[in-house]
Amino acid sequence: MPALSPAFANPVFDTQATFRAVMDAMARPGEIRAVPDALTPPAPLSPSAAALALTLLDYETPFWLDAALGEAEDVARWLRFHTGASVTANPSDAAFAFAADPLALPPLAAFSQGTPDFPDRSTTLVLQVAAFTGGLSLVLSGPGIASHRDFAPSPLAPGFADELRANAGRFPCGVDIVFAGPGSVAALPRSTRIEEDR
Amino acid sequence: MSAASYNFAYLDEQSKRMIRRAILKAIAIPGYQVPFASREMPMPYGWGTGGIQVTAAILGPDDVLKVIDQGSDDTTNAVSIRAFFAKVADVKTTTATADATVIQTRHRVPETPLSDRQILVYQVPIPEPLRFLEPRETETRRLHALADYGLMHVKLYEDIAHHGHIATAYAYPVMVAGRYLMDPSPVPKFDNPKIGGCAALQLFGAGREKRIYAIPPYTRVVSLDFADYPFERYRQQGTCALCGADDTFLDEVVTDDKGGRMFICSDSDYCEKRRETASAKERPHD
Repeated sequence: MPALSPAFANPVFDTQATFRAVMDAMARPGEIRAVPDALTPPAPLSPSAAALALTLLDYETPFWLDAALGEAEDVARWLRFHTGASVTANPSDAAFAFAADPLALPPLAAFSQGTPDFPDRSTTLVLQVAAFTGGLSLVLSGPGIASHRDFAPSPLAPGFADELRANAGRFPCGVDIVFAGPGSVAALPRSTRIEEDR
Repeated sequence: MSAASYNFAYLDEQSKRMIRRAILKAIAIPGYQVPFASREMPMPYGWGTGGIQVTAAILGPDDVLKVIDQGSDDTTNAVSIRAFFAKVADVKTTTATADATVIQTRHRVPETPLSDRQILVYQVPIPEPLRFLEPRETETRRLHALADYGLMHVKLYEDIAHHGHIATAYAYPVMVAGRYLMDPSPVPKFDNPKIGGCAALQLFGAGREKRIYAIPPYTRVVSLDFADYPFERYRQQGTCALCGADDTFLDEVVTDDKGGRMFICSDSDYCEKRRETASAKERPHD
């Protein structure tokens, strides 16, 4: 078995910086925030998705991997070793889900949606994207956005805007999505409305 | 004494992760109270342990922290929490609202408008707005699930029936983003209009009650009212005896035992800045 690459050199401050980036991204849907990107996780797990995992996962949070990440044996091993979290094959049991291939994503309804009494008991989906420009062009509104904001992560499946609309329609239940791009993150919480897509 | 024996910002990393996950959920579901495993802090519940845990989970070495208690930077609670974080996180502290990146508050929203690079952390004693109307957590949880907030309207109606007006003066209930009824913590209702559409992220921590909730920037926040009894701000009639402001929230200070009293701004930093500006204008150029 090959040796695993290390986690953060300075876990206290690197996870704090990553958390502030993702917190700010969640509070301002569609805005892009830089995260520390010194990690060299096993492919195809991206450095920014790995930073999110090291910041948010531990023994309390089962995680799910999509086919692209799940087939790479070292990804689950790396995440389990560095965070202590366990992997689950069932997306509806996952506190966090990681996906390297946004075009082969299961329906958002397959993940844990929370319940009307406890809508917080839902999956947070970390979706690796290649860029924050040039993709499906979305116009966002809702909490965290003064009027409207354009957001175009790439690549996304053509029907994904309808998935997002259905997800927002399940509010207060539903999943929250963090997009992990190169060296940066952006987020679409369930509270965001999709005004248009092109 | 060196504080090197503490982890940065006092809490251990697993506690911070647990609180951080709750904060992300709170932001994604504006106004919903996320349960969290509140930790024991080196001060009693009721002294702001919820706000302190939220601050500890978000604080970084480059942050500048301001702490206010009823608007003031120099009361016991504010001074001791500021000293706590200066010791366990070695962060810069300030009393100037505009210079702070994180502002922890007990029962006031600063008079100076907040910017989009600031975070306001509220200390919350009782997060559940329906608690005094329905003591059972199972029932209030169900009422939130169904967005069934008739009870609160009856309460405000009874205010009008008893007093002729809505007599709720603080912890005035609000609807967040049209979905969740929320207690804005015991801020005076004078502050309610500053909570909606605020450029800063607002986080609420209740340590004893083990709940975290949030209002993202630019979120619609509406104070409950009736068409014929609209929400009204309230402030003491008068001007600040120190800076002359006639549009701030005022504290009444008793000055002797013969009925003497004065009104001063509750926001000590805002009042000081106004006095500095005024005296700079009066001072002749040399």
